[in-house]
Amino acid sequence: MDQILQHALNGVVLGGTYALLGIGLTLIFGIMRVVNFTHGELYAFGAYLAYLFVALLHLDFFLSIALAALAGFALGALIELVLLRPLRSNDIDTVMLVMIGAWIALQNGEQFVWGGVAKLVPSPFAQEPLVIGPVSVAPLRLFVLGATLVLLVGFYWLIDRTRLGMAMRATFQDRDTAALMGIDVRGIYTLTFALGSALAAIAGALLGPIFLVNPTMGNLVGLKAFAIVILGGLGNITGATIGGFVLALVEEFGAGYLSSEYRDAFGFLVIIAVLALRPQGFFARKARVG
Amino acid sequence: MRARFGGLLFLALAATLPLWLRDPYFVAILTSTGIFIIAAISLNLLLGFTGQLSLGHAAFFGIGAYTSALLSLGFDVDIGLPSPVVVDPKPVWIAFFGAVVVSGLFGWLIGKLAFRVRGAYFVIVTISFAEVMRMVALNWVDLTEGPMALNNIPPLSVLWPGHGLTALVTKSQQYWLVLAVGVVCYFLVARMVRSRLGRALIALRENEPLARSVGVRVTHYLVVATVVSAAIAGAAGALYAHCVRIVDPDVFLFIYTVTMVIMVVTGGKGTLAGPVVGGLIFGLMPQALRGTAPPEVQWIIYGIGIILIVFFLPRGIVPAFADLARLRMPALRKPASLVR
Repeated sequence: MDQILQHALNGVVLGGTYALLGIGLTLIFGIMRVVNFTHGELYAFGAYLAYLFVALLHLDFFLSIALAALAGFALGALIELVLLRPLRSNDIDTVMLVMIGAWIALQNGEQFVWGGVAKLVPSPFAQEPLVIGPVSVAPLRLFVLGATLVLLVGFYWLIDRTRLGMAMRATFQDRDTAALMGIDVRGIYTLTFALGSALAAIAGALLGPIFLVNPTMGNLVGLKAFAIVILGGLGNITGATIGGFVLALVEEFGAGYLSSEYRDAFGFLVIIAVLALRPQGFFARKARVG
Repeated sequence: MRARFGGLLFLALAATLPLWLRDPYFVAILTSTGIFIIAAISLNLLLGFTGQLSLGHAAFFGIGAYTSALLSLGFDVDIGLPSPVVVDPKPVWIAFFGAVVVSGLFGWLIGKLAFRVRGAYFVIVTISFAEVMRMVALNWVDLTEGPMALNNIPPLSVLWPGHGLTALVTKSQQYWLVLAVGVVCYFLVARMVRSRLGRALIALRENEPLARSVGVRVTHYLVVATVVSAAIAGAAGALYAHCVRIVDPDVFLFIYTVTMVIMVVTGGKGTLAGPVVGGLIFGLMPQALRGTAPPEVQWIIYGIGIILIVFFLPRGIVPAFADLARLRMPALRKPASLVR
């Protein structure tokens, strides 16, 4: 029983960051129809920036995470303006090829700049785990969970309650009508991509101190983000949120009770299960944002 | 006519190459390039003629390599049955065709699953599939030897004029073997895309709802194309296993898939000559860049290369040259055929 609670807690902590990743990816797909292969690299980018700011420049830990998110936002905006905007009229496959090229270039750029040796991001939290009844948890992980929950709530508020969110939802539903209503659709695209990228970068900056930072860390995470998005239905934000937690719990329990070597394969099994049973995603009633 | 003549000349040059180019290192490079060209030809069948991007082609390649290696070496594995499954070493060519069949079966499975829905799903399923295959190759040590790799894989053998049954172990012999398999695959794909199947594939690439409305069984044809493509990729993998004679989990690495994609896109997707041209360029380029740039810089160049090709030569090199030739010689101007 204690084991189950412990696995559940670990799963929920991981699930928060998975949800952030999934939301970013599904938002970009839903609004822009872009299969974003750079998503995992933005995650790695965020983690490396956390390393740069905390370990090399000795900045404040919390400030570093915020800066990593801002840098992710900027890099996302740059990618959108340079690569995606000129290809707006091209089909989804062409854009996909460009994103694969960008992915390879970014990943090897990280390898080139940082080298292949994994980096450790120091955190100001005590190593001593907090023991809460039957379970124990590192304070850093509790902070990550709190931060992701705040971000998730903030993101829903942005989509649901603000004029910007309304403009994004309108663009998602019908780009042309949204443009006719005076929404700057091109601006929304840039903003969407930048926002999704910032979410990936902040997920990387949050998980960086928990795991080690290495150049290929984005690959697996990118694939998992795709699994989460398929699980929730492409373009479905609530689906991606739930999907993130579901995948993390499946991995955690799968690794605990079935096989820890195949921990990272469970995401793929989830994809297979979804496609075999409910191809439109488990949480899709109707595809819409928000 | 001209194109056919050029093709024959190219083939004659390729076939006699080890006779006049007495540089075993270069012949070996061309052999491994040839193996990748075969894989690129198989990828082109999907990406070029159906418009479906498989990002897991290294998986079919790796499955072919592992299947052929394991069948020719023999293996025993405990899968929870009362007694372990024991497979005795099989003749190498039987292992080779076994690999083709097994890869094809995986292609069928992936196609059946992924084409339940259109869009990005096929890409995502194939890419995750390759990652899982790599994990299996790494962790199922009983079967695959994991990171210790499968060693001493026997070479393929043929009836060699004057020598009887000969194992293909020299660089030139392996080169001819790969060339022969490559030519067979090339004409197989050429035959396919000009058949009823090929027309159906092109129809659905151009306009799926329209193709469906005139009664093309879209999903069926997509699955068939995936099976053939996976089988050819498996053949390439099997060639790899018996030429290099060692197989480790790295054959499933994503960079191999990316290499195939770059070859197809650069050469010209949806053209028969495209994968060959792109394959030669990207097979030989690492040799030119070797020593001047570390691998990650090479990969950065590749990544940026894909982007530049999509921006400036969206159809690839072969169609661009064909256009150029047509402009130069008005007599050659003819209506654009769908099989470019």
